[in-house]
Amino acid sequence: MPKLNQDSLQKIDFTLNGVAETGTAEPRMLLSDFLRNVMGVTGCHVGCEHGVCGACTVQIDGKAQRSCLTLAVQVAGRKVDTVESLAGRENPLTDLQQAFKTHHGLQCGYCTPGILMSTSEFLDRNPNPTEEEVRDMLSGHLCRCTGYAGIVNAIMATIEERQGKAAAE
Amino acid sequence: MKPRKFDLVRAESTAEALAALSESGGNAKIFAGGQSLMAMMNLRLADPDVMVDISQVTELSYLKEVGDKLEIGAAATQVELLSWPGLAEKLPLLHQAIPHLGHFQTRNRGTICGSLAHSDPSSELPLCLATLEGEVVLRSVRGERVLSAADFQLGMMTTAREDDELIVAARYPFKKPGEGFAFTEVAQRRGDFAITAVAAVASGDVTRLGVGGVADKPTAKNWTNLSDDNLDEELNAFAWELGGSDDIHATAKYRRELVRRLGRRVIEEAKACRS
Ligand SMILES: Cc1cc2nc3c(=O)[nH]c(=O)nc-3n(C[C@@H](O)[C@H](O)[C@H](O)COP(=O)(O)OP(=O)(O)OC[C@H]3O[C@@H](n4cnc5c(N)ncnc54)[C@H](O)[C@@H]3O)c2cc1C
Ligand code: FES
Ligand code: FES
Repeated sequence: MPKLNQDSLQKIDFTLNGVAETGTAEPRMLLSDFLRNVMGVTGCHVGCEHGVCGACTVQIDGKAQRSCLTLAVQVAGRKVDTVESLAGRENPLTDLQQAFKTHHGLQCGYCTPGILMSTSEFLDRNPNPTEEEVRDMLSGHLCRCTGYAGIVNAIMATIEERQGKAAAE
Repeated sequence: MKPRKFDLVRAESTAEALAALSESGGNAKIFAGGQSLMAMMNLRLADPDVMVDISQVTELSYLKEVGDKLEIGAAATQVELLSWPGLAEKLPLLHQAIPHLGHFQTRNRGTICGSLAHSDPSSELPLCLATLEGEVVLRSVRGERVLSAADFQLGMMTTAREDDELIVAARYPFKKPGEGFAFTEVAQRRGDFAITAVAAVASGDVTRLGVGGVADKPTAKNWTNLSDDNLDEELNAFAWELGGSDDIHATAKYRRELVRRLGRRVIEEAKACRS
């Protein structure tokens, strides 16, 4: 049975934003700190470190989760996606990110990466949610700037646009 | 804030987890979903020497029907339970309650047994276990025992679990013909811990109401032939029996008012949907 000593540096092989990567961390290191300070992926923001604010939300094996409540060593062998994974080389922004820009879904942008990672999983599972369902999903995130209206508008506009495209086909 | 140093056992089987608990001499903690534990570690409210991670123990990651109950293994997550196909029909109370339990991001990791072990008095899953009279299966290297919700839940974040025991599974009884259920809660925001949560079961002339967030543990009471005329009086008496205290979220008086108002609402709803 793997027992990891508290002072040992563990080698962590995992897939980060689609690329095989390796890093090292002690057992106590949080995934949020590992991503930012070891892997240099600073799109994972850190707010509260007790699961409440949602800024640190990333996807592990496709599911939105708090990286501040996860240990770095727990992602060995797994797939981690941060906000950096969303837009490819050709597209500077995804449709969802573009809608955040158009509809003033962000001001300081601190909460935005977490919200984008939650919303992209949520819309994959539930492509046509009601506004109430969207607001419920957003309850897992705190935004101190926008008052949420712009965020809700951006998400609803993305849904409408995707539905329109699907209907046109 | 960050957790202090600890040794981490990444268990691959139940036996390994039990051995690690037994060897640690009391200062080990099970890491299930980490949605309560890691927050407490980061705040340094918990500081175990050893953490035993059971999230990868595949033999504990299951939901299965055992007789008239759903048995939920220790590694099964809240989102897995919420997506269990029979939930709305067979466990309508859980179907109504789980959407209030944190957020989908925390339900993606948090487990059912972890919530029962944590035993926060306002938590939805312990309240449903008490109201439905479910049970938990505790196992250690010394053996296994099954405790009813009443024997397991002892008080504020306190259960009958011994330090070397793992909650291997929880069992929630299925709906029986003729029963109706209703759940609601008041929280500051959707997904926050409830200030007060209520769950009702109505069947024939028996009414059962469970209340979380007022007493130091979820507490349920039965009535026979509870009529609309004496409902307010009975709910008032129950609200006072539960006690409750003032804290930064609400006063005891407000909590009693919630027991009276929400209690009436769920009892009426549960009676109306008996089938
Ligand atoms: C933002 C946020 C909002 C939340 N809102 C709510 C809410 O509204 N209602 C609610 O009820 N909860 C809420 N929670 C907590 C909930 O998400 C947790 O899932 C739950 O309390 C614990 O489950 P876990 O699997 O994460 O357990 P962990 O955090 O891993 O463990 C919790 C405790 O139980 C022990 N433990 C865990 N599993 C076992 C086991 N099988 N045997 C023995 N001991 C065990 C651990 O050692 C630890 O002491 C919230 C959490 C967050 C971060
Ligand atoms: S930093 Fe993880 S939820 Fe706030
Ligand atoms: S945009 Fe500033 S916190 Fe949300």
